[in-house]
Amino acid sequence: MTESKQKSYSELREKQKNGTLKNSERLKIPPQEMPAQEPDVRKNNVEEVALGYTEEEARLEAMRCIQCKNAPCVEGCPVRINIKDFVGAIADGDDQKAMEIIQQNQLLAAVCGRVCPQEIQCQAKCTVGLRYKDPTMAVSIGRLERFVADKFLDNDMTPKIAPETGKKVAVVGSGPGGIVVAGECRRAGHDVTIFEAFHKPGGVMVYGIPEFRLPKALVQKEIDKLIKMGVKLECNFLVGRTRTVKQLMNEDGFQAVYIGVGAGLPKFMNIEGEQLVGVYSANEYLTRANLMKAYDFGKGADTPIARSKKVAVFGGGNVAMDSARTALRLGAEEVYLIYRRSEAEMPARIEEIHHAKEEGVKFLILQNPKRILGDDKARVRAVECLRYELGEPDDSGRRRPVPIEGSEFEIEVDTAIVAIGNGANPLLQQTTPGLKFNKWGNIEVDDNCKTSIEGVYAGGDIVLGAATVILAMGQGRIAAQSINEYLKSG
Amino acid sequence: MPHKIVNKNQLSENVYRIEVEAANIASARKPGQFVIVGISTEYSERIPLTIAGADADKGTITLIFQAVGKSTAEMANLEVGDSIDNIVGPLGQPTHIEKFGTVVCVGGGIGNAPLLPIAKGLKEAGNKIISIIGARTKELIILEDEFKAISDELTVVTDDGSYGRKALVTEPLKEVCSRGEKPALAVAIGPTPMMKFCCLTTKEFDVPTVVSLNTIMIDGTGMCGGCRVEVGGETKFVCVDGPEFDGHKVNFDLMMKRMNAYKDLEQEALDKYKEHRCKIGLDK
Repeated sequence: MTESKQKSYSELREKQKNGTLKNSERLKIPPQEMPAQEPDVRKNNVEEVALGYTEEEARLEAMRCIQCKNAPCVEGCPVRINIKDFVGAIADGDDQKAMEIIQQNQLLAAVCGRVCPQEIQCQAKCTVGLRYKDPTMAVSIGRLERFVADKFLDNDMTPKIAPETGKKVAVVGSGPGGIVVAGECRRAGHDVTIFEAFHKPGGVMVYGIPEFRLPKALVQKEIDKLIKMGVKLECNFLVGRTRTVKQLMNEDGFQAVYIGVGAGLPKFMNIEGEQLVGVYSANEYLTRANLMKAYDFGKGADTPIARSKKVAVFGGGNVAMDSARTALRLGAEEVYLIYRRSEAEMPARIEEIHHAKEEGVKFLILQNPKRILGDDKARVRAVECLRYELGEPDDSGRRRPVPIEGSEFEIEVDTAIVAIGNGANPLLQQTTPGLKFNKWGNIEVDDNCKTSIEGVYAGGDIVLGAATVILAMGQGRIAAQSINEYLKSG
Repeated sequence: MPHKIVNKNQLSENVYRIEVEAANIASARKPGQFVIVGISTEYSERIPLTIAGADADKGTITLIFQAVGKSTAEMANLEVGDSIDNIVGPLGQPTHIEKFGTVVCVGGGIGNAPLLPIAKGLKEAGNKIISIIGARTKELIILEDEFKAISDELTVVTDDGSYGRKALVTEPLKEVCSRGEKPALAVAIGPTPMMKFCCLTTKEFDVPTVVSLNTIMIDGTGMCGGCRVEVGGETKFVCVDGPEFDGHKVNFDLMMKRMNAYKDLEQEALDKYKEHRCKIGLDK
């Protein structure tokens, strides 16, 4: 840092301390960029891409917040973190206080600071961003949350537990929603057990979201925190098969059950060639790569994954970006992201799109696969695509993609990854009589996340359809409050 | 929670039977269901294996597997007292069991293992069981005594004639189907080509045929879709829709190709594993 920059930083800190830093001065502080690994370097490793703010960057970014009265950012947060105050605390240099404020509403700050879509939540409402009529000028709330969370990752800030109530709560699924419910119900003094079908806890945070976006050690730390609080964890336990919900309640003594199993049944496109060798659902591809560590195949890990040279990913969401960027890291030379609308309609976060492009993923927009072609061994050899144009807006409000007749063309690939979303897993529907589902197979709940069965609550993707980590956590909070209330009277 | 191996024996050249502690699964499992096994948590593959039997009182299940790849070779090297880190289940839809009348049960090689609990269940439901079990050669015939105990009729065949009748399983199957009173149901489990040809045989006689598929899987709960097969022109997931399907509707040719997806990589892993065990002098 140059001397003059250093001087101005000291001056700003001084004024912040005295309470004399004016809004006009705050607004002049440029948004602090997130340091990141260089694209050419990071596409060859699985380490985290974004490196996190330095202390100085964090203070400067926090000082950009004008502490506006109505703090609309809080309303934009699904778990209603007191954003204004924690950002203020960082500006003041009191990170401990900032962490305490965050923890009142948020058990997974290090996770959410990384994977929340802040640009459509808290940051979309930020007064600073609105003032510039540019959302990218908003205060980087997520990065600040991550800064504080990372600082206290190893500190023992285990929340206090109320006296034991002797009541048992079963949490089905150890993803973000389940973790929140387990933490909140344990805090209230209940005896909580999490049931996880996989051999490792964390749900989508360990099988789906790649290491380079969310280090697994960090998720494990959150799980360790729960265990320290006295939450029990049973892996390799598939509720519906190992034991049913009814058995947990009637035979095993659980008074309340939270179902947070996620969506977890991959959608395919029902086009010719989807059964060919080399066609993956994004779930399978990412699970092999992340949970099963296929990037270490031959160096310890036993789970294989295609050694692809040319990969096509179908879809435009975060999962599509994760798949494309994972393929690069597994050694693919060319990765195409094929999406039938234009980039403006892509559901992925802008940051993810940006990172993918930087790393060399080729975006083929307004194109869609018509069929996948195979060789004589039924291995993928190419994708036949159609070109599209945008028509009138459809039910989603986005302009409808319309195929251009006769525009077929082939792209040579050896691997295709289908990342177009997930439907609901039918297992609980088949094995839980009395539990009401909608026509898409999602569990029906009221505003308190209560289902049609007394004592059974649900949230996250199995209720919402495919959503985000933070929305699952938001529902987890609501459900935990309902459960704690329900067990008070019961 | 680790699962201790309490019993182990070798059934044929590369086929092993182990009994492991898994109390929850032992009490919940039904014929036709399977488990997914991961020997150790950090790096092991997850491999689907049918539950060949269970003892709910003892809290154990029996698994029968063939050492074909690295993971199964590693498992074959475990001894009584050793543990498997992860077993999840029971998975998949249980066999639909009722009194059909006469059921012909056809098992090929390692397929006898998943077939046995199904045949047993069908027998207990009051069906007449005609069993046909086969293998390439004498040493590879497994569970003959167990099948003898529950079958009204048993035919053993080997490809090379080294034991029983020299034939493929489809030959006696065809004879059973041609009898005056044809069977109400056939269950065929074994290598994919064997199931394919059994289904072609029974189709001629309009005998409904159930097959149990063992495709490549990861989670076994419906999440990855890696196990998908084409049944009656539709995509089905073996783990949640199966593992049993109407054999007359399964696209076996496509399934066989999908099963070979990782052949090269699997061979590479196995070679490396063997080389490593040789070096440290562990191989028997």
